[in-house]
Amino acid sequence: MTGLPEKTDVIVVGGGGAAMAAAITARERGVKVLVLEAAPKDFRGGNTRHVRNIRYAHPAATDFVTGAYPVDEYYDDLLRVTQGNTDKELSRFLIEKSEDSADWMQAHGVKFQPPLSGTIGLDRTNAFFKGGGKQLLNAYYTVADELGIDCRYEAEVTDMKIEDGVFTAARVKYQGAEHTVEARAIVIAAGGFQADTEWLKEGWGDAAEGFLIRGTGYNKGRMLRVLMDNGAQTAADADQCHAIAIDARSPKCDGGIATRVDCVIYSIMVNRQAQRFYDEGEDIWPKRYAIWGRLLAKQEDQIAYGIVDAKVNDLFMPSMYPPLKSDTIRGLAEQLELDPDALEKTVADYNAACRKGDNKDREFTPGVLDGLSTEGLEPAKTNWAQTIDTPPYYGYPLKTGITFTYLGVKVDKEARVQFEGPGGRSVPAANIFAAGEVMSGNILGQGYAGGVGMAIGNVFGRVAGEGAARHVSN
Amino acid sequence: MSQTNPQPAVDYELQGDQMPDLHDESRRLMTICNACRYCEGFCGVFPAMMRQKTFTDQDLDYLANLCHGCNGCYYACQYAPPHEFAVNIPQTFARLRADTYRRYTWPSCLSGLFQKNGTLVSVLLALGIGLLLVLVNMFNPPEVVHGEHAGNFYAVIPHNVMAWSFGGVFMYAVGVLLFGFWRFRRDTAPGKPETPLSVAGATHDAMVMKYMGGGGVGGKMDGCNYPDESFSQIRRVFHQLTFWGFLLCFAATSVATIYHYVFGWEAPYDYTSLPVLLGTVGGIGLLIGPVGLIYLKHVADPNTQVGAQRGMDTGFLALLFLVSLTGLALLAWRETGYMGTLLAIHLGTVLALFLTLPYGKFVHAIYRYAALLRNRREQKS
Repeated sequence: MTGLPEKTDVIVVGGGGAAMAAAITARERGVKVLVLEAAPKDFRGGNTRHVRNIRYAHPAATDFVTGAYPVDEYYDDLLRVTQGNTDKELSRFLIEKSEDSADWMQAHGVKFQPPLSGTIGLDRTNAFFKGGGKQLLNAYYTVADELGIDCRYEAEVTDMKIEDGVFTAARVKYQGAEHTVEARAIVIAAGGFQADTEWLKEGWGDAAEGFLIRGTGYNKGRMLRVLMDNGAQTAADADQCHAIAIDARSPKCDGGIATRVDCVIYSIMVNRQAQRFYDEGEDIWPKRYAIWGRLLAKQEDQIAYGIVDAKVNDLFMPSMYPPLKSDTIRGLAEQLELDPDALEKTVADYNAACRKGDNKDREFTPGVLDGLSTEGLEPAKTNWAQTIDTPPYYGYPLKTGITFTYLGVKVDKEARVQFEGPGGRSVPAANIFAAGEVMSGNILGQGYAGGVGMAIGNVFGRVAGEGAARHVSN
Repeated sequence: MSQTNPQPAVDYELQGDQMPDLHDESRRLMTICNACRYCEGFCGVFPAMMRQKTFTDQDLDYLANLCHGCNGCYYACQYAPPHEFAVNIPQTFARLRADTYRRYTWPSCLSGLFQKNGTLVSVLLALGIGLLLVLVNMFNPPEVVHGEHAGNFYAVIPHNVMAWSFGGVFMYAVGVLLFGFWRFRRDTAPGKPETPLSVAGATHDAMVMKYMGGGGVGGKMDGCNYPDESFSQIRRVFHQLTFWGFLLCFAATSVATIYHYVFGWEAPYDYTSLPVLLGTVGGIGLLIGPVGLIYLKHVADPNTQVGAQRGMDTGFLALLFLVSLTGLALLAWRETGYMGTLLAIHLGTVLALFLTLPYGKFVHAIYRYAALLRNRREQKS
């Protein structure tokens, strides 16, 4: 399709789970909707392309979850992972509204899979999309097409005309030309800014240069910036994000799930100086999955190396990139370009701290917190601490991989963007709504629990779409 | 640290010698998939993959034959081309499957026939019909060829001639197929005896075409993404019609053979007799099924198909259709003077079918069954 309409009812900026939930909801209420997705069709959908499941409250088991996940339990989980760093009222609202998320998704063509071996211990709390997030996106876009939603790819919104907190028009780069599209409401669901290294540096300093972007490379935070420049209030800090440990050999952007490495809990993790720096055995994987991205970010070159031996190398998910391998610790150090003496000493010190005192006869037990701990070692390894002594030895180079950033615009329960009013008061915008990662900071001040991102996108996407449609109809 | 692979993306336009080794490419893909595992809900391939960490060439041959090209994983894949990981399981495994057909055929000097299958089928069809017409006319005077015989085929071709020549060709085909099955099984599942459970399970999976149902929750089958991105059961329907049509026609011939040799009941059989009923119902299946499958293949997303294999895929289906069409025509006009000519044409198509059976798409059935056996065996362990 060439050109862009000069006028529409609702503009949705973005093309992921939140954007499409908003677009579909608004269109189902009878208004015209224009979706402007910056990515080309093959890469549409932002980070939703990479997701696998949604964490949603449900009162009982279904075909695709093994048991109940009550609102209160979900809320407690969220408080725990964020350490209370969340808008409690909004969180509670999110969780209650999430109860019909899976039904809504199914009603819009999304397929779920039954709980299987690969559902990584989340089979009670999270519903898994069959085939992952791209299948969900395909379903949404099919529905959008049937409903007559106008979806444009490689359509980059660069600016918004906002007067006194009221949106009137968007500037759009599309097919080599600049367009102005007027609309009566806008939903911003364009993700975070993880692909803008300069912005990341505001939170992380030069370390940001060393980050890999595990999520989509199209999220540069343009809409967030425009809203902030126009006086929108924000939630969460610039250094807060979902980040995990991924293989250092992954592509700079868009490596997704396959680049993660699960060796951490059975390994010792050493930095460029071949020194350990954190308790690898703190908790069951993947509960601590999302803290390692931050831990690595604080190491030199944002890199660390998981060292394991032949005894444990088969205990975790196979990696996409083969580990480096040697019959000696020295040889492995050379391959990893680490100081061989230093690595030998670190391994020897660690081995010497294993199997002492109470831990002498404790059994090494994969998959459960076995309490097998080091003694007198700093930092301690508090579970699965057995000696590294059986060649061949394997080394997994790991770097910080950012999925998405949390800093976003403040919203209310109607997903309306909050602007700074007199005396710092929050004044909701009349016709500017936000959903998904761009407002995730309201819920996620820090930390993460698998599948929360999809819940935020779906719930606030639907709320935003409804609000935008209501505004147009009035 | 410079070691190994930020893995090269594959240019899927490349053909022949420029293609990366099929096993290497399949191994690259399985390694990525095994680190992702999002597709475990689709078919048997991904759970089977998850049972191992490394993949030998034989493992990959097995997995490729467990794949039936439903395309679910392709459309759902966050790494599908143009992503730099360029993961395209349906297309890569289709290539590897065809490669196993070539490697496991006998005699090996005929393995090239798979690549020229479309030509082979056309030539043998022409030759088969031509040969039968010549023979029928050579050994019979015109008044016999064009005479009315009340449906008695043996007035034109003696029973023994028909039984021994076609029986012989058929036994050759079966022999080649069984030899291929045995060698494939020996390589992909060395030293593993089948159990009653594995045989029953695999046979069940084959008969209902379990994985073509696409899996699902709560007993509902979602269907495959074939011929396009939307979920559908249509391919399974056409494939079931073809499969059961083929089996019913085979049963019709078997029953007739028993009638003849065991009970001494000679053809022609009545329209309501068992052989004719089985053949008619099966024949109708073989008219609808292959046409549907050819149509679906024609409209299927080219990104999931291997263009060079189109000849092999459609040649066999076209033959099935023609065998059925000519067979039903023969039945319809068996009491007229056209019987002799129609019989020659029908037997010509049957001859072409039997001769090409071990060198065309039909062989997928035996390697797939072998793969289903291993899948069932490993599932329970």
